Amino acid sequence: MPRVAVPAVPVPGFEAEAKLALVEFLLTSIDLQDSARRALDWLVAHSPVTQAVVLIVEAVSNEMLLVAEHGVPNSAVVDFAVSRADAMHPLVEALSSRHPVFIEGLSSRYRVPLDARSFHAIPLRAEDDDVGRGLLLVTGTGPELEGDALWLARTLGKQVSRLASRQSLAETRFGQERMLLYSIINAVTDPILLTDTEGKLIIANSHAEKLFAAPEEASEGWRRAVGLNNMLFSAALSTSAVGTAELARRELLLVDPLEGSDLLFELLSSRAKDERQGTYVVSILRNVTDLARAKEEIEESYRTLRIAQAEVRDERHRLDLIIDSVADPILVTDEEGDIVLMNTPAERLFNAPGVENEAALRRVQGNGANLTSFVSNVLTRSGEQRYRGEIQLADPVSGRPLPVEALAGTILSEQGELMWVVTILHDLTEAIEKARLYEQLKEASQELEKNVQEATAELAEQNELLRRQHIALEQASALKSQFLANMSHEFRTPLNAILGYTHMLLNNVTGQVTDPQRKSLTRIDSNSRHLLALINDILDITRIEAGRMPLNITKFGVPDLVDEVMSELEPIIRRSNIAVESQMGTRLPPVRSDRQKVKQILLNLLSNALKFTPSGSVTMSAAYDARGNQMVLAVRDTGVGIAEEDQARVFEDFRQLDSSPARGYGGTGLGLSICRRLAHMLGGSIELDSRLGQGSTFTLRIPVKVKRR
Amino acid sequence: MTTTRVQPLVLVVEDYPDAREMYAAYLQFSGFDVAEATNGLEAVEKAEALMPDIILMDLALPRMDGWEATRRLKSNDQTRHIPVVALTGHALAGHAEGARQAGCDAFVTKPCLPDALVAEIRRLLESPPGGDDTGRGARRSMKRT
Repeated sequence: MPRVAVPAVPVPGFEAEAKLALVEFLLTSIDLQDSARRALDWLVAHSPVTQAVVLIVEAVSNEMLLVAEHGVPNSAVVDFAVSRADAMHPLVEALSSRHPVFIEGLSSRYRVPLDARSFHAIPLRAEDDDVGRGLLLVTGTGPELEGDALWLARTLGKQVSRLASRQSLAETRFGQERMLLYSIINAVTDPILLTDTEGKLIIANSHAEKLFAAPEEASEGWRRAVGLNNMLFSAALSTSAVGTAELARRELLLVDPLEGSDLLFELLSSRAKDERQGTYVVSILRNVTDLARAKEEIEESYRTLRIAQAEVRDERHRLDLIIDSVADPILVTDEEGDIVLMNTPAERLFNAPGVENEAALRRVQGNGANLTSFVSNVLTRSGEQRYRGEIQLADPVSGRPLPVEALAGTILSEQGELMWVVTILHDLTEAIEKARLYEQLKEASQELEKNVQEATAELAEQNELLRRQHIALEQASALKSQFLANMSHEFRTPLNAILGYTHMLLNNVTGQVTDPQRKSLTRIDSNSRHLLALINDILDITRIEAGRMPLNITKFGVPDLVDEVMSELEPIIRRSNIAVESQMGTRLPPVRSDRQKVKQILLNLLSNALKFTPSGSVTMSAAYDARGNQMVLAVRDTGVGIAEEDQARVFEDFRQLDSSPARGYGGTGLGLSICRRLAHMLGGSIELDSRLGQGSTFTLRIPVKVKRR
Repeated sequence: MTTTRVQPLVLVVEDYPDAREMYAAYLQFSGFDVAEATNGLEAVEKAEALMPDIILMDLALPRMDGWEATRRLKSNDQTRHIPVVALTGHALAGHAEGARQAGCDAFVTKPCLPDALVAEIRRLLESPPGGDDTGRGARRSMKRT
């Protein structure tokens, strides 16, 4: 609010009062024209001014216009205006002056709204205005300016300045409000139009402009689309019931000028009546193209949803099948412990469908109670994902105790709240039975192990005993061998004397003996010789068994050895009636063995053959068995033969098959026994092939190369 | 005793009197002179004193055994040439080899008939010592089963 200027000049009471009234009016007036007229009224009344005019600069046209006049002819003021651009104009000049200007004898070139050509031009300005906002032109006072006119100009200047600033302020606010309104309209995503009743566009928001206005640079298609839209819109308005209803609603199909696609709008039109400017139509277009599309999408998702639901149903069905196919009972319980889902095996325990028997139902209840208590245990341990425990259940039908292992897991909602507890039960009966059997087996095994250990210990003890006995036996055997060796020596010494003296007697060393004496001496001699042979054979056996008969290995030819054996027994052969011959095989390899022992065996076999063959023949043969790398020496006779049942016994000690004394055939009965022992020493064997009454064949097999032991 | 004799002198060393006298009698019957010794020590003394043509030496002898006696005789240059025929009832292995190592020239196992012994002695006297061990032949002839 500009400060009220207190009049500086003292005035008489009436005049002062009129001045005060003017100032008060001006203070309350917001109309420039009113202010100017009132001011001029006051001036004319209180001063000698005859003519007065107020000119005000109009900002838009930049012209000075006449707003109030007093005492001037109409012709002078009609359409009066001075452009400020006319800088040479005395009025324009005066406007820039800080002081009142007296214009005298103004050139008729310039038009002024006064009759006179001389007048005062007083700039209307506030103190801080650079340029005058208008002029007060007065005449009738001569060159001297009335003080009242000056005061009035000053007062009016302040008023003009105040109102001017006020007006610009109002303009600014209006503009802002307009802008805001426009922004609001633009912010609405629906196109909004203000048209006349014929559809002619007055105001449109940016969305509407896109549809109904084409910019300068728009393409031909765009322009055409916009034209079409305008036409369609106008048609819609004219055919609609705009005239009758306050709010009309209808569908309108337009073209998207940029995309070329169809856009479906819902058109809402309403009339806006303005007293001064007539009737307008406000239209709002709501795009329902997307709505239609959305509807389709919703239908599509509904279809998808139904398929998904079907799939879920299938899935659920499959899941049920799977759960039912599990042999172990599976249960799902809610947080209250109530069963919400279970498979068939679980149903047998906790539902027992089709079972009416009371005891069974009681067992079912008992099972349920045990399960509930287990689940409540699980719930108190909510921190754990898995919970394992054992539950004692009972088979509802049979009542058989059913120990089960229960494995529970919790299922939480997305918010982490417990929703379900899934429990799987595993029958432990078998496991417990197995454990029991295993325990039994373990015990049995331990028992067995203990027995084995005891047996082993016993065996070890016996082994030790046997070892000691073996040592003792070996010692005994060695002692026996030594004893026998000594004994045979001691036997031999007297026998030597007996044989020697008998021999001397028979050789008439001590004089001629008579025939009966000779006969007796011969008996003594033969029995002594037999005794000696026995002693020698026992000695041989003893030596072999004591391991004190060493092998003397040489390389020799078999035919030579056979000849030697035959020639040694030549006297006996000659005495008998037996044909003895030898058959030597071809390519007989030389033999590496103990020649003396082979010879001893052959001598024994041949003498035996001669002994036991009353008539017929004896054949000694030699052949080489390349496959076994053995020399095969056979003594075949046509003698008495040996019965099959007796054949194994002929190699035994002191065995002669004719139990009537060996005397009949002579010999000790140890010969074959020694032969077999000797053959073994040489790594060979002696076999017998015989039939009673048809002769015998003794076959000696020895390795061509004896292995040294 | 004369140093020149018609009949060879045999020293029979044997502790068993029956056997010693039997061999002595048969040797004398067969045309030998015979001296006798009953142990090894005596055998060595008599051999050195009498210088026999051959010695029949039993191996198992009292005071000094036949092996030791033979070793002594064979280590004496004067008696080394005298053939020694070992005579033993022990046919166990080692005896023959032990006798040979001791220096015996032949080996005869008892029982040995007097004529076989005489045959062996004759053989040794006719052939120089160190020949084949023909004692085996004598033993062999005794073995008949």
